[in-house]
Amino acid sequence: MTTTVIIIIFLAIFATSLHNARGATMEPCLESMKTASLPDLPYAYDALEPAISEEIMRLHHQKHHQTYVTQYNKALNSLRSAMADGDHSSVVKLQSLIKFNGGGHVNHAIFWKNLAPVHEGGGKPPHEPLSSAIDAHFGSLEGLIQKMNAEGAAVQGSGWVWFGLDRELKRLVVETTANQDPLVTKGSHLVPLIGIDVWEHAYYPQYKNARAEYLKNIWTVINWKYASDVFEKHTRDLDIN
Amino acid sequence: MAIRCVASRKTLAGLKETSSRFLGFRGIQTFTLPDLPYDYGALEPAISGEIMQIHHQKHHQAYVTNYNNALEQLDQAVNKGDASTVVKLQSAIKFNGGGHVNHSIFWKNLAPVNEGGGEPPKGSLGSAIDTHFGSLEGLVKKMSAEGAAVQGSGWVWLGLDKELKKLVVDTTANQDPLVTKGGSLVPLVGIDVWEHAYYLQYKNVRPEYLKNVWKVINWKYASEVYEKECN
Repeated sequence: MTTTVIIIIFLAIFATSLHNARGATMEPCLESMKTASLPDLPYAYDALEPAISEEIMRLHHQKHHQTYVTQYNKALNSLRSAMADGDHSSVVKLQSLIKFNGGGHVNHAIFWKNLAPVHEGGGKPPHEPLSSAIDAHFGSLEGLIQKMNAEGAAVQGSGWVWFGLDRELKRLVVETTANQDPLVTKGSHLVPLIGIDVWEHAYYPQYKNARAEYLKNIWTVINWKYASDVFEKHTRDLDIN
Repeated sequence: MAIRCVASRKTLAGLKETSSRFLGFRGIQTFTLPDLPYDYGALEPAISGEIMQIHHQKHHQAYVTNYNNALEQLDQAVNKGDASTVVKLQSAIKFNGGGHVNHSIFWKNLAPVNEGGGEPPKGSLGSAIDTHFGSLEGLVKKMSAEGAAVQGSGWVWLGLDKELKKLVVDTTANQDPLVTKGGSLVPLVGIDVWEHAYYLQYKNVRPEYLKNVWKVINWKYASEVYEKECN
C-alpha cells in the first residue's frame, strides 16, 4: 500500500516536471530574442562631403535608420507576444512590419560600411580578385558603374540598387529591390557587396530631384575594400573567376 | 484604327482636363504640364514655395516628358506589331502616366487659405463624410494615419466608390492612380506622401506634413467632383 502511494506520488511529480519542461522549451527561445540597435557610423557625419552632405548623413543615420531599428524591435516584441499566445493571425499580420523595418535596418547597416571618407580609401578602385571578376562580368569598372547608375536611376519609387555575388551561379550581378527589401529577397543565394540607397531621403536635401547626379557622385566615397573583403570571404570556397 | 478611336475619345476628355497637342498625323495625343492655379508661395506655411516649385517644375514635368516619350514609343511598337515592346512599355506608361494623372489632381486638391484652402466641406460631401467617418476629424485622422503608414512612396486617397455608393480611404504605391484599387473608385482628395512632397521642409517627419496639409486642402473641388458623380 505504502509502495503504491509512493509510486503514485513519484509519478505525479514526474508528470508535473514533464509538463513544466514542455512549457519551458518554448519560453527561453523567445526570451533570448535579441533586439537590434543602431550601429555607430565608422566616420564623422561630414566625412563624406562633398559627395554626401553632413545634413543628409545626420538625418539618414539618426532619424531614418534609428526609426527602422525602433519599429523593428517593437514588431519583434509584438511577434513574441503573438507567438506565445498562439495568435497566428497576428503573427502573419506582423510580417509586413518586420520585413519593412527589419529590411531597413539590414540594408542601412550594410550601407554605412559601403561608404568611406576619401582619406580612408573611399572611391579607391577594387584590387584583386574582385577587380578581375568585375572586368570579366561587366567589361570594366566603368561598365559596372554605368549599369548600376542606370538601374538605380530607373527605380520607380523607393528602393536600392545592388552589386551582389550569386553564390550558386558563381557570378556577379546588378539588381534592384523595392522599398526596404533586402537583396536576398531577389534570390536566397545573393550576397550584397555594395548597396546604394535611392530613396529620396538619401539625396534630396542636397541633390533635390537629380537622383542621377547623386549616383554619379557617390562613387567617390564607395568603400571597395569592404566589398572586396566580403567577396573574398564568400569565394574562398567557390571556384570563381 | 484602334489608335484613332482611342485618340478621339481621349481628345474630348483631354481638352477638358489637360492641355494637349496632336503629334503628327497618327493621332497620338501628348500631354503638357498644367499650370498651377496659384503662386508657388501661396500655400505657405503648410507647403513651402521651394517644394511647390520643384514638385511642379521638376517632378511633374518629368512625368509628363517621360509619359510622352513612352506613348510615342508605344505608337511605333503598335504600328510595327511588336507586341513584346508594347508589353515592355506598360511599366513606363503606368508609372509616368500615373504620375501625371495623380499630380494633375493634386494641384486642384490644394488652394491658398485666402481662396478657401482648409475650409471644411459643406453640402452633400460634408454629410457623407459625417455618415461614413463620424466627422471630418475622423476622416482626417484616418487619412493621416494611413498616409503615415505607407511603406516607401505612394499616395493616400479619399475616394468615392460609385458602385457601392460610399466614401473610402485607400492608399496606392508609387504612382498608381486610385483606379488601380478598384474600377469604380473616383478620387476626391489625394495627398502625395512621396518624400519629395515634404522632405525639404519637414525632413523625415511625414506625420507633421500630413497634419499641416489639411490647412490648404481644397474641399470645394472635392465637393464639385462628388456632386457631379452622384448625379
